[in-house]
Amino acid sequence: MTERFESHDVDVLVIGAGGAGLRAAIEASALGARVGVVCKSLLGKAHTVMAEGGVAAALAHVDPRDSWKVHFKDTMLGGKLLNNWRMAQLHAQEAPDRVRELEHWGAVFDRTQDGRILQRNFGGHSAPRLAHVGDRTGLEMIRTLQDHGVHQGLEVYMECTVTKLLTQDRRVVGAFAYWRETGRFVTFRAKAVVLATGGVGKAYKITSNSWEYTGDGHALAMDAGAELIDMEFFQFHPTGMVWPPGVQGLLVTEAVRGEGGVLRNAAGERFMERYDPKRMELSTRDMVARAIYTEVKEGRGSPHGGAFLDISHKQAEIVKKKLPSMYHQFMDFANIDITKGPMEVGPTVHYIMGGVRVDADTGAATVPGLFAAGESSGGMHGANRLGGNSLSDLLVFGRRAGAGAAAYAQKAPGHAPLDPAQISGAERELLTPFERSSGPDPYSIHRRLQDSMQSLVGIYRTEQDLKRGIEAVQALRLEAKTMRVEGSRAFNPGWHLARDLDNMLLVSEAIARCALQRKESRGAHARLDYPNPDPALGRVNSVAVREGDEVRVSQAPLPEMPDELRALVDAEPVTAKA
Amino acid sequence: MDAVLQVYRGDASGGGLKEYRVPLEEGMVVLDAIHHIQGHQAPDLAVRWNCKAAKCGSCSAEVNGRPKLMCKTRMDAYPAGEPIVVQPMKTFPIVKDLVTDVKWNYEVNKKIPPFTPKQDAEWRWKQEDIDRVQEFRKCIECFLCQDVCHVLRSHERKDAFAGPRFLVRVAGLEMHPMDSGNRATFLKDDAAIGLCNITKCCTEVCPEDITITDNAIIPLKERVVDEHYDPLRKFFRLFTGKKGS
Repeated sequence: MTERFESHDVDVLVIGAGGAGLRAAIEASALGARVGVVCKSLLGKAHTVMAEGGVAAALAHVDPRDSWKVHFKDTMLGGKLLNNWRMAQLHAQEAPDRVRELEHWGAVFDRTQDGRILQRNFGGHSAPRLAHVGDRTGLEMIRTLQDHGVHQGLEVYMECTVTKLLTQDRRVVGAFAYWRETGRFVTFRAKAVVLATGGVGKAYKITSNSWEYTGDGHALAMDAGAELIDMEFFQFHPTGMVWPPGVQGLLVTEAVRGEGGVLRNAAGERFMERYDPKRMELSTRDMVARAIYTEVKEGRGSPHGGAFLDISHKQAEIVKKKLPSMYHQFMDFANIDITKGPMEVGPTVHYIMGGVRVDADTGAATVPGLFAAGESSGGMHGANRLGGNSLSDLLVFGRRAGAGAAAYAQKAPGHAPLDPAQISGAERELLTPFERSSGPDPYSIHRRLQDSMQSLVGIYRTEQDLKRGIEAVQALRLEAKTMRVEGSRAFNPGWHLARDLDNMLLVSEAIARCALQRKESRGAHARLDYPNPDPALGRVNSVAVREGDEVRVSQAPLPEMPDELRALVDAEPVTAKA
Repeated sequence: MDAVLQVYRGDASGGGLKEYRVPLEEGMVVLDAIHHIQGHQAPDLAVRWNCKAAKCGSCSAEVNGRPKLMCKTRMDAYPAGEPIVVQPMKTFPIVKDLVTDVKWNYEVNKKIPPFTPKQDAEWRWKQEDIDRVQEFRKCIECFLCQDVCHVLRSHERKDAFAGPRFLVRVAGLEMHPMDSGNRATFLKDDAAIGLCNITKCCTEVCPEDITITDNAIIPLKERVVDEHYDPLRKFFRLFTGKKGS
């Protein structure tokens, strides 16, 4: 049935080659599975490469009082207790081993005086906890995983985009994809599929995310019948560049504040004193982002509508050593020497806490054969993620999802036949936009989606805005059905965007509907009409599923945290900042 | 004021420069201009990019004949009003427009003997022991050094020579304090390091400012000489088990 197209058989198909995808692939392969990795870009270019500040793990190299228990507590408090407790526990317990393992695979982290992995402070972490390499930790991680992985015999399908998961009796048994270079179609038969596709920041106008971040895994999972949770929780990183226009939203690492950088408004005031006097600049990201937003909105912003972030009181050589890419980024793009004067920064869409609902131990989604890890999965970070907990999440749950998928594949009877009707449907969906003689182009629809999400489903939300946001997204979803694509199927970014846009639109609607449903403020979700947390809502996850063309949302109770972990969360602090 | 760009449009069967006008914004980089063309005039204009922050090394191209990352090449670095010519990297086969086929690089990488940690060693070392290795590990695999290297670009020796990018990678492994591998034979025979005659073009174009020739390639060349052309040292090493300097 599938002979019309190139076809490949694997035990485990991993979609996405960032930290989570590569770690999953390495694990599944080490357990004997035949593994295929499909990624939209070239290998090594995934979003993990842009991660800067570090990977959080309670190694206790800098503060010996640190432990997994303190890391667990910090993570739960940062997530406003909406986290899946089991994920937060596994994450805190296993992150140190995952970091040491990377070192044994060749990663070269910065060192302490006594020659061990150095750790730095970050917001919401009550000890210096982030293992790092200057401000290019993500590059170190991805290159280490990439080089370790290629010697394990992973089959990597680069510049290949999966557009549909293929199912048999609700079980995921394969995937349909196209090669970006030629536009030719390809099918995969797989006994298990791991989604590691990252986030959906490209639905917003001001974002630190790359073109790849179009919610592919979220949409693929919804199409296959899986549940998403907590999609209303979208992290605005407090510090993105605000000027010049071309780099608006580009990430300015939290490590600037971790290394001692201070925030000031136009009046020169260290305004964090008014928002979080105890933690100041190292408060959690939700707090700092809203503080900067409020300062600007109330007329105390910098000339280009941000806040001043200043590290120039530190020695120039230290700044260049600890923050080399920030130094170059501001020098190259904004003509600003950060060793001499302040940067201008403002909130930028960065990371979605919500995602595919998974089993904490195995990464299994709510449909058989499907697994998810990293940013495309939900639960680990609750209502707000702490900086540095993403890189550790990728390693801990990438490995677990890889193992879960390999174990599932081993028990599977064999490859199921692919359904020709599903394949024809996927094919039609991709080809129809070429056949229209007129219609809007994908770029214009994308721009309007970004404007709507930025202004109506942004950092502060109201019922009225969210309802207008949902209407706008629904109208764009209808309009997208009339899109026209020009040119050929060979490396055609307009065509690629047209398909990615369908994902962004579907996932945007899920975000807006979950945001409308949650009538409280918690973590990254701030409602002007419900400014306080509601204890009853602190005990439920938001759930989003697809039914036909509709996105349906509901609420489901959080897993109950065992007493011994509850006691950890309630315990008095045992560490202090070093 | 508008900027004028002449962008290569075409594929393996042929093509040529096509002119576009783009409204100039403050601080604009070449990649912004390319995106503007894509979003308003030529939706099928093929270009690779990811981070837009010089961290991923995807948007490599030749701007006015010089290998550059488009995301960190400012439009105001060029004379106002004069056309800016943007072409794909010449050393790699064209796929379409600004996109080239760089798969060869990934094949070379696979052949490099992997990191081989010492057994039973304590994993402690000083920061100054790894400063050099960390310099090499800054590489973002933009392949601009491969593009400009005349062994690959003019002499087309992809069949033999690994190119500066992968000599940098080998240097990062060889100088890693915990690595016990020996890649001297690989460097001599499989990477053909002898073909490099240290013109330093690669160092000049590196957007990460890695001192490719002086810090990576020359020490590796010395290692190959030590290992393969100095019988006394080789004999001595048999007894000490040292890798050589």
